[in-house]
Amino acid sequence: MEALDTPIESNALKSDIMTHLEEELTMLKSEITVMWQKVISQLHKTREALLEFDKDLAREVVSAEKRVNALELKIDRDCENIFALFNPVAVDLRTVLAVLKINNNLERSGDIAEGIAKYIISANEPFDKELLEKTQILRMYDETNSILEDVLKAFETEDTRMARSIFKRDELVDEINVKANAVVADFMRSHPDKIEEGLYLISMIRKLERVGDHCKNIAEEIIFNIEAKVLKHKSKKKKEE
Amino acid sequence: MTTHKLLAENVNVYYDQAHVIKDVSLTIEPNTVTAFIGPSGCGKSTFLRLINRMNDYIDGFRKTGHILIDGEDIYDRKIRVEELRKKIGMVFQKPNPFPKSIYENVIYGLRIQGINKKSILDETVERSLRRAAIWDEVKDNLNKSALSLSGGQQQRICIARTLAVEPSIVLMDEPASALDPISTAKIEELIYELKTQYTIIIVTHNMQQAGRVSDRVAFFYIGELIEYSDTKEIFINPKKELTQNYITGRFG
Repeated sequence: MEALDTPIESNALKSDIMTHLEEELTMLKSEITVMWQKVISQLHKTREALLEFDKDLAREVVSAEKRVNALELKIDRDCENIFALFNPVAVDLRTVLAVLKINNNLERSGDIAEGIAKYIISANEPFDKELLEKTQILRMYDETNSILEDVLKAFETEDTRMARSIFKRDELVDEINVKANAVVADFMRSHPDKIEEGLYLISMIRKLERVGDHCKNIAEEIIFNIEAKVLKHKSKKKKEE
Repeated sequence: MTTHKLLAENVNVYYDQAHVIKDVSLTIEPNTVTAFIGPSGCGKSTFLRLINRMNDYIDGFRKTGHILIDGEDIYDRKIRVEELRKKIGMVFQKPNPFPKSIYENVIYGLRIQGINKKSILDETVERSLRRAAIWDEVKDNLNKSALSLSGGQQQRICIARTLAVEPSIVLMDEPASALDPISTAKIEELIYELKTQYTIIIVTHNMQQAGRVSDRVAFFYIGELIEYSDTKEIFINPKKELTQNYITGRFG
């Protein structure tokens, strides 16, 4: 369906020289990309910290979270300036609105990385390898990070088809989350001395599931930015059309 | 001593009994764009015209206070107004090219100065038209009458004419208000480009324009300078209620 809908070429009327507003928007996009990569790296580090039980690495994540927050504020302020000074309209307006919301979703994903890092710091001993295996948390990590990377690619290349593919991929993450309950409950029953560990792990899985949700929100914003279609609160079937 | 491009100190202007500028002090830094905004009759144009002494010949005009440019009082007796205006160019609301060729329009100022060497004139024409972002549109028709161009093109020719005498300050009195949106956008982009080489002061009624082109905004109201600050400050968090009312269009 979307292949037939060619969006209006945003620069059809413009010359090859960038206007002041275009320069600002390009800068804004590159800033949000930096934020994105920072969050991806934060999540990746918590995966390594979990696997290797590397508390130093987890502490590094906690301290880098301040930088993610600072970047969020900077991007918010830049959006505010563009609204106030340039009064963007049409695709430009949608871009600033989308960046503003993507920024918020990324910041929340950054918080999640910090939260997981804190669990790792609080844990007393390395996480049971069998538990990690059975809950599929590492797979969940790989999937969420890959989704986060692809949704960034979709943003950079303005690829709404790719953005739409995110909705389906998030299902896998949801599935792992749902199954984790039974797995962790079993583990706790058979290892009553490791209840705390099980609780940490289930909390981490819940958090990672939220990252998937943030990615879905971001994908919706990308589609709104490019096609001006609002997909929020629509059924999955409708979104993928 | 001072790096200010322009320094105004306790400036008052009277037209007969009318007190039209009330104790205005401000400084303007080099290579910036400053926008003067405010409702009609607030004194912004009068203040702009003070800067190249265009009010001097208005009946009943009287000024107190000082205006210094590059540290020099421009109302000092030893200042020659013609010399001052070489340094301070002005672009008006309506494009006002002379009924001459594009080429002659641009070099008008140089001719007055007695410069007639063709190589200098040619070079000036190309440089000025390029800076005014109109070279590509007119380079093959330099002998065409400037009046045959569109309004937006005429305005850029007028800007080129102003730049030809190498001013350091360019004053603009609503330079885009008589133009269509595309021409306006071109002039705005031009202003943004020009500030790397000039100090620009622009009077505008268009709030969005002030936001888009300026670094600093001065809001005038009934002869007073109410608020003067970074453009971002003015448009996001103005300190005075009057400013907020004006820029949000809530003026009673």
